[in-house]
Amino acid sequence: MTTDVQQDGTAAAPPGRAAPGEAGRRLRARRRRDYLLFAAFAAPNFFFLLVFAYWPVVYNAYLSLTDWDMVSSSWHMIGLDNYASLFDDPDFRGSLWTTVLFVVGVVAGGLVLGLATALLLNQRLRGRDVVRTLTFAPYVLSGAAVGTLWLFLFDPNYGLVRPLLAPLGMAAPAMMTDSKWALFGLVLVYLWKNTGFVAVVYLAGLQGLPRDVFEAAALDGAGAWTRLRRIILPLLSPVTFFLLVTCTISTFQAFDVIAMMTQGGPGTSTSILSWFIYDQGFRTFDAGRASAAAMIMFVVLLLITGFQARFLERKVHYQ
Amino acid sequence: MTALESPPDLRPADAGSRTGVRRARRFGLHALLVLVALIAGGPLYWLISSALKTNPQIYSYPPHWIPTDLRWSNFSDAWHAAAFGRYFLNSLVVSAVGTAIELVAALLCAYAFVFLPFPGKKVLFLFLLGAMMVPGHVTLLPNFLTVAQLGWVNSYAGLIAPGLGSVFGTFLLRQHMLTLPKEITDAARIDGAGHLRTLFRVVLPMSRPMVITVALVVMVGKWNDFIWPLIITSSDDMRTLPIGLLFLKNTETFANWGAILAGAVMVIVPVLVVFFFAQRYIIAGLTQGAGK
Repeated sequence: MTTDVQQDGTAAAPPGRAAPGEAGRRLRARRRRDYLLFAAFAAPNFFFLLVFAYWPVVYNAYLSLTDWDMVSSSWHMIGLDNYASLFDDPDFRGSLWTTVLFVVGVVAGGLVLGLATALLLNQRLRGRDVVRTLTFAPYVLSGAAVGTLWLFLFDPNYGLVRPLLAPLGMAAPAMMTDSKWALFGLVLVYLWKNTGFVAVVYLAGLQGLPRDVFEAAALDGAGAWTRLRRIILPLLSPVTFFLLVTCTISTFQAFDVIAMMTQGGPGTSTSILSWFIYDQGFRTFDAGRASAAAMIMFVVLLLITGFQARFLERKVHYQ
Repeated sequence: MTALESPPDLRPADAGSRTGVRRARRFGLHALLVLVALIAGGPLYWLISSALKTNPQIYSYPPHWIPTDLRWSNFSDAWHAAAFGRYFLNSLVVSAVGTAIELVAALLCAYAFVFLPFPGKKVLFLFLLGAMMVPGHVTLLPNFLTVAQLGWVNSYAGLIAPGLGSVFGTFLLRQHMLTLPKEITDAARIDGAGHLRTLFRVVLPMSRPMVITVALVVMVGKWNDFIWPLIITSSDDMRTLPIGLLFLKNTETFANWGAILAGAVMVIVPVLVVFFFAQRYIIAGLTQGAGK
């Protein structure tokens, strides 16, 4: 590949000029060579994506129609039985519901906290750049390490929650080992991890808003709350929408913190879909059901993205 | 600039009380800012300071807010309880080699889309972007089978290969290359430079900030990657740091928080250091797309 390319040392012809005869032939030859070059340059990346992203979708769809157990050398096609068995399974239905609670908690909570943080960071305050950096930092950290950290903080005996709740006269709950609290605990951890990201995106949005709008509103005597609701939020709706979709998609796939902190438990109280799929595939060795559940996740995420595309065209018209 | 602050000269009011209110407001806002900083940074401080405490200090109540005599023994504990040196090396190899390959593939691909002609280029680009829609969980089993067929289970190749495809990096690099003045690359070509030379001698130096951004974001992603290394490694000597941490936690349970926290610090600190020095690039990369 490389030698070919480096010998191609002549300048590109000016585009759009019809060249007759000999020159035209040369131009066509160059064009052909450029096509080949494009193919060579794009090939490695497309190869990786085809083998490790596109092919898996096909393969996974196929596996979801089999009864493979990850061990046997053969399997049978069983049609849609895996899907039927999933929807019959209270654990799977429970997992869907848990996923909804988890995603709504993380995404809605993240958007509200992130916007509040962004509004604060948008004020001309001393030290706001440091705080911006600090709030963003957890977003880039390993979920495994973050999960470890919060297991420690939530430890009812030795964790930070105990001295923090003590002045309020409250005993620290056994956050991650109590099925009433565990999902809420996970939501809190993800809020801590993601809020900085939401805040920085909102902050960029706020700083891009036209200044005169606020001045006009202030002249009209609009209070801060009215300005937020009537002017800032509508103007920020494209940003909100972007965040809504990206956060929903990533929260659906949240895994590392859960694997570290609860492994889907206690019981099945934190078994969201991403954990359920892993558990079915690599702990229960039911490849068929794991693939079927993964297909369901895929379809849900596709629907959310499709919804975004249509909604973006129609509703979000500011900017 | 400050969205919620009223312009100063528009409301005639009693000047004295107005500055009083403003002062109180600014004080309140600064207090809020401190609170946000504590919530964001407090847990990190607690992790790092606790990793430097002795186990009796960790297990005491009320807590020691500041570690009195700094102890590194937790780190040697972690180092001995589990092969953290080896995990560290594995993480480094996997993320560095993976990033290098992915980055070169992304650069070549982005260059082709911007500077070379091809029939149906737009459709191909949509096809490329489409790969972003495939959730990792759909690829788990098939990629495991592919890698197993290649005989790469529990090897560096198996750890690295499935993560090499680049959608986001290619997208960012392409967007950036589109903004480069065509005259410069044309001039390079007239001077007799081939496309590869133009890419590495002309386009690459002009894209430095974007290349750094993509490299850092990709590398941090690989360093933190969890589910794939969890599935594809089967022996202790191939585990990466996050997986090693999971196994350390599962074996030590909560009897030895000191060592577990030291392990977590080893996972976090390299990323924190890179983040604090290069946050401009990392934040820009991770929040891309928001404006569009």
